[in-house]
Amino acid sequence: MDVAKIDINSYRDLLKKYIDHQDESSLYGAEQMSKAFIKNHILPDEIVSLHIQSLMELYPSLSQDIQNSMRFLLETMIYYGLAHQEYQALRENQLALRSEISLAANVQTTLLKTDKPDIEGLDIGVISMPAHQMNGDYYHFIKGKQDSLGIAVADVVGKGIPAALCMSMIKYSMDILEEEAMMPAKILKYLNRVVERNVDASMFITMFYAQYTPTDNLLRYASAGHEPGFFYCAQTDTFSEIETKGLVLGVLPDSAYPSYEQKINKGDMIILLTDGVTECRRGNEFIKREEVLDVIKQYMHLPAQDIVNHVYKYFERLQDFQLRDDFTLVILRREV
Amino acid sequence: MDLSIDVVNERDKLIAVLVGEVDVYTAPKLKESLLFLVKKEQTMLEVDMTGVSYMDSTGLGVIISVLKAAKEHESQLRLSNLQDSVMRLFHITGLDKVIDISVSIREGR
Repeated sequence: MDVAKIDINSYRDLLKKYIDHQDESSLYGAEQMSKAFIKNHILPDEIVSLHIQSLMELYPSLSQDIQNSMRFLLETMIYYGLAHQEYQALRENQLALRSEISLAANVQTTLLKTDKPDIEGLDIGVISMPAHQMNGDYYHFIKGKQDSLGIAVADVVGKGIPAALCMSMIKYSMDILEEEAMMPAKILKYLNRVVERNVDASMFITMFYAQYTPTDNLLRYASAGHEPGFFYCAQTDTFSEIETKGLVLGVLPDSAYPSYEQKINKGDMIILLTDGVTECRRGNEFIKREEVLDVIKQYMHLPAQDIVNHVYKYFERLQDFQLRDDFTLVILRREV
Repeated sequence: MDLSIDVVNERDKLIAVLVGEVDVYTAPKLKESLLFLVKKEQTMLEVDMTGVSYMDSTGLGVIISVLKAAKEHESQLRLSNLQDSVMRLFHITGLDKVIDISVSIREGR
């Protein structure tokens, strides 16, 4: 902005008032003026220039040495002003970038959208909350023939945007598979090849894939290095860890995944999660895995969706409403 | 928490001694240091993790990329003295089956 546009008279008068009285009210005036300068993008060298002009008007016989020193100050401020301009430009860029990321996050939400299916006799609860703008966790439901249900829960390492982009690739790889190929061990073997060929060496994905068939009440599942979930047996009222073997996706080109089965009886629950749930911290201490179960037990009498909501709220509060990692929790319960 | 990385030359191998936490903040520094070491052909690199109290999945990503780079340059990577919580992570992810993990006593201790 041109120096001429700044009100030279107000500055000069305020300066004179301060030189004569050194009072608080002139200092307050200076503070207000400074705010107006910032608001109008007046650069530091323009302010120094304004100061020189005012001084010359107030003291026409100002010594040559002082005048020279002011010019010297002006020169040093010019470069400072340039840096400041650069900073302003960066700030504007950052705002633009932030709005682009927010758009990308919306696109991701649309791309990865999966509806919680209605399956008779199966109560399903799911929550997935990102720690930052974009979610590196992912869950997906695929409803097949005779009410069979495919469930994927995955976590991409790194976080943020690269992870989110990678998720879309996984989702579309799954979408093109025929239902016959949706056996958990097969799907992980296939996805491992896709990931190994397509992502950076330091990225990998953990995934738990399960298929539930209501005709025989069997849950078939396999895991690619994913944080173990839990199985709740209603008859004995006990929880056990779902133990699996299998390497994370993307490390070796030809990983194979063992397949497991679990009979699901009335009232039994399957609890699937990501490490954002089990690695919650209380202050600097990690919670114990059992604490997740303790919280689930508190709300077990509620519908599955209410359980996951309450568990999330509990851990959100525990971490002062600031998630450190993406948080995904899925609960399935056989009702009849 | 910070991560310190000290590299010790020991006869036929290099030992990188880590102390601290390996997480999203310290991982880039670790990745740079370890990749530099294994990219020298036929290096035997041992990463001593006695002092690593916490590692998150970003840290695992670093180890995987170092493992891949080591294979490419005919170098070898071994992790030693993992604390239980860190070992659990390698066990769950199945990485304990593809990475050489051992308990080793360093000379001079």
